[in-house]
Amino acid sequence: MRVKNVGVPLMNLVKLRGTPILQQLLLEERLLRSSSANWCILNDGTNLPTIVMGFSGKPCELVELQPVLRDRIPVIKRFTGGGTVIVDENTLFVSLICNRNDLPDVLPYPPSLMAWSGSLYSQVFNGIGDFQLRENDYVFGDRKFGGNAQSITRNRWIHHTSFLWDYSETNMSYLKLPSKVPQYRLGRDHTDFVCRMKDYIERSVFIENTIKAVGTQFMLKELSLDEIDDSCREHLETTRLLTLDELKETLAKTSRSESIAQAV
Amino acid sequence: MAARFLWASRVASHLRISVAQRGFASVVLKDLKYAESHEWVKIDGNKATFGITDHAQDHLGDVVYVELPDLGRSVSQGESFGAVESVKATSDINSPVSGKVVEVNEVLTESPGLVNTSPYEEGWIIKVELSDAGEVEKLMDSDKYSKFCEEEDATH
Repeated sequence: MRVKNVGVPLMNLVKLRGTPILQQLLLEERLLRSSSANWCILNDGTNLPTIVMGFSGKPCELVELQPVLRDRIPVIKRFTGGGTVIVDENTLFVSLICNRNDLPDVLPYPPSLMAWSGSLYSQVFNGIGDFQLRENDYVFGDRKFGGNAQSITRNRWIHHTSFLWDYSETNMSYLKLPSKVPQYRLGRDHTDFVCRMKDYIERSVFIENTIKAVGTQFMLKELSLDEIDDSCREHLETTRLLTLDELKETLAKTSRSESIAQAV
Repeated sequence: MAARFLWASRVASHLRISVAQRGFASVVLKDLKYAESHEWVKIDGNKATFGITDHAQDHLGDVVYVELPDLGRSVSQGESFGAVESVKATSDINSPVSGKVVEVNEVLTESPGLVNTSPYEEGWIIKVELSDAGEVEKLMDSDKYSKFCEEEDATH
């Protein structure tokens, strides 16, 4: 939707703080599929540590199931692609939902979306810490601080990112090393591969710069969560919280497979 | 380019259809119909086979997962019935025509990369029983689809 006679598309800006990540993801999926507006959603931290897997993620491959079950860490499967993260109050979330027609220079395919988002965040960081998009990760130099993912429908797409403002080593230990890692990781362990955004930029400056950067391409209109029309819910919803039973069953199957493999 | 045309010729020979070589990378097969959302469809009586085009797979990148619909499910022209995952993105697969799902390519569960390496043959996604054969008229033929892809790429 474009503002008449100005030529700049409108975008609704929603600023959240501490919103549960499941609620955020369900909102995003609903807005992607049921809304015709553009949206920028900022969530300044989520309320409790939660593991979030991508669309095709398998818990047995990505998550240390025993400690996760022991400590009752929630595990969510989201509607976008990509890898697994553990998020908490020190994760900053930025999500951009756009109509394809409002960004006609961006092809609705991953490489084009990432090129656009990389350019946007280059404005946000503006030379800080040698920011770049590297093999689809947001890095300072060769250290990752932001993981992103997309979902593309016929006429719209979402690009959302979880930024590691800070993180806990204990929380990271709930995740397994994924089988597919970017080449630039060069075999480094987790502590040498990721970095904390707080070492590079102030939290408020990041949020302000992000809003400013998005504002160079859209006319922003701030809305509160309550003002979002949630009457239309007839859309495909794939984001979900995995049940304890599912996780226990997965652990049991994995243990049985490992026992058989050892016996052989 | 020559290797891709050779591949396309082999596919076409197997499918008994002719190939149009385009001026650039993607392959488009004649005698298939195409949707603007880059799905192809092959009609055989009251049954149709769908997949995504070479243009689509080329732009999506390596496909790592294909979400297939359940057998017996209804699909509607232009509506999403499944998804592919590639490069951190899920992309909807939209149905080029309406019908009922009668077969899904379960091989894609273990080998999603077939969508990249063989988009018109081994990478087929579903087969449906058509509910409205007239819907095919709304789709593009190979020449129109080739032009459509050229125009889409040229604007970016």
